[in-house]
Amino acid sequence: MTHARFAILSFLLLVPLFSRARTLEVCASCAYPTIQQALDASQDGDQIVVKAGTYLQPTLYIAKAITLSGENYPILEAPKGQEILVIDADGVTVEGLQLQNLTPNYLKDLAAIRVRRKGFFRILNNRLINTFFAIYLEYARDGEVSGNTITGTAVNELSSGNGIHGWYGEYVCIENNTIKGHRDGIYLEFMHFCSVSGNHSEANVRYGLHFMFSNDDHYSRNTFRKNGAGVAVMFGKRIGMTDNLFDYNWGRSAYGLLLKEIYDGKIERNRFVQNTIGIHIEGASRVEYHQNTFQRNGWAVKIAGGCLDNDFAGNTFLSNAMDFVLNGRVNSNTFNGNYWSEYTGYDLDRDGLGDVPHRPVKLFSYIVTRTPESIILLRSLFIDLMNFSEKVSPVFTPADILDHKPLMHPLQ
Amino acid sequence: MFKILRYSFSDLMRSRWTYFYFGFFLLFTLGLLFLSSDVGKVIISLMNVILILVPLIATMFGIMFYYNSREFTELLLAQPLSRTQLFIGQYLGLALSLSASLLLGVGLPFLVYGIFMSAEIWNFAVLLLNGILLSFIFSGMAFWIALRHENRIKGFGLAIMMWLFFAVIYDGIFLLGLMWFSDYPLEYVSLGVSLLNPIDLSRILILLKLDISALMGYTGAVFEKFLGTGLGISLSFLSLGFWILLPTANIRRVALKKDF
Repeated sequence: MTHARFAILSFLLLVPLFSRARTLEVCASCAYPTIQQALDASQDGDQIVVKAGTYLQPTLYIAKAITLSGENYPILEAPKGQEILVIDADGVTVEGLQLQNLTPNYLKDLAAIRVRRKGFFRILNNRLINTFFAIYLEYARDGEVSGNTITGTAVNELSSGNGIHGWYGEYVCIENNTIKGHRDGIYLEFMHFCSVSGNHSEANVRYGLHFMFSNDDHYSRNTFRKNGAGVAVMFGKRIGMTDNLFDYNWGRSAYGLLLKEIYDGKIERNRFVQNTIGIHIEGASRVEYHQNTFQRNGWAVKIAGGCLDNDFAGNTFLSNAMDFVLNGRVNSNTFNGNYWSEYTGYDLDRDGLGDVPHRPVKLFSYIVTRTPESIILLRSLFIDLMNFSEKVSPVFTPADILDHKPLMHPLQ
Repeated sequence: MFKILRYSFSDLMRSRWTYFYFGFFLLFTLGLLFLSSDVGKVIISLMNVILILVPLIATMFGIMFYYNSREFTELLLAQPLSRTQLFIGQYLGLALSLSASLLLGVGLPFLVYGIFMSAEIWNFAVLLLNGILLSFIFSGMAFWIALRHENRIKGFGLAIMMWLFFAVIYDGIFLLGLMWFSDYPLEYVSLGVSLLNPIDLSRILILLKLDISALMGYTGAVFEKFLGTGLGISLSFLSLGFWILLPTANIRRVALKKDF
């Protein structure tokens, strides 16, 4: 019995050696002048190499487990109103292509590369230029999207698509892509157990990265710069956010990170630099904010109602116009052991913790949440005097928003 | 008039206090630039100082200058000189020497640090321009107050009150008003109210230049839209100009009637 099993196993392992994985070349003077002809002639496991050139054809459906790769970035385009590539089989690899010029369509979400109800796909090192939706993952699982450069020409939200769009799926890994000029750089809806890391998302009209109804995802080491807003995480559970840089998301309604209806998240070691609002929190519970750095933001952290059991510890607040705004009461959120550049207390026993509690909410930020027009008095001498006297003897600001153990020096 | 102007200008230029003023700005700016190489940040720190100290020092200088040079003024009044020329000349000499100290004290360190290479040159220019306008406004107001009051204590007190009003009390009343009427749309009202105070107006002009405007939300949008247009810019400079003209006209009016 064991021998028979071994024989079958070794046969299975040796099959790839005997089967002929062929390489099919596509170019004007090759055996296959069009990609479609090569696709028709291919079998599972084959590799199709497309040489440099421009290829215009109707939508290509890849229905076999093949590798479609480009040499020196051949250009693929589709006629008006059609998509360029549809991955319609498990185990497809697409790499080194340049896909470009999809016309926006308001009835269909046209995409340059669409994965439809399939898994084990790899979309590597492609260039996608001026595509409405660049990569569209529809019920996709166990895939990898990495090293792609995605450049759009989005002007407003209505007439633009997302860079990488995920709609239902699991275990997709999105790595080291560069996405510019789309509606959302990366949009994930109903996508679970995904990892988004090392991406650079810049100048997108809406969000750099957008989660909706997605659970157990993790994003780290990404850069979100100059987007309408950096990252929006809405209606999700157990999402990890670590080591990201939220940079210069600046504008009237911009923020680095928006949290809405989030449970059990972890936000660690991120840097928020020059955002209008560093983190805007609405209805987030049991989220840990540890060792993040907030530098030169308008509002570092703005907490609206419905937030319970959030823990802020080990964060560094450096020269923000306002460190903390809290609408309403403390509600069992804790703010202990952070470094505040505005802290003026002392440390007599030299244990690195200030001996006097710090009040992160200034009277002025309290007034501004009530009367938004009073922001016009920002940096006026009267406001400074008022904040100072309130700090000495708090009357109006909630007395229980305190950091009992403020750090004397930022954590390294 | 130019002789008087030149005289009071060179008189003040020799004064210990002018050097002190110049030296203060020089050291302060150098210190800030030394501590932080980010020119944008230095401009923000300087803004606070310029908005508070420039009016205060201009007020004190204006009052002191008039009371100190009173004997000499009486001597000049005996000469065949028109009073308008005499007093306006003195005032302009005063304001110009203050502006020169500010310009050199803040400008030289930035020049050394290469402001002309920096992208912040326009923010810096707006800051300096506002500083100079504030010098003119507050020295003029102080000069007017001094001319009105023979009693030095009263003159000093009033001038300090005037500075305190524009620098602090005005904003307090403004804030109270905003909170009191917070149920109403207040963007345009607050725009109008801040046009009336030269310190507030300068602060907002600088803040809008410094890109902090994004913090100001909808109110800031209204301000930026207004102050970004030709109408807004001309109105705000008209307002600052009015604040220079008001004391100047009053100095002339009081000087013409006054019995020395």
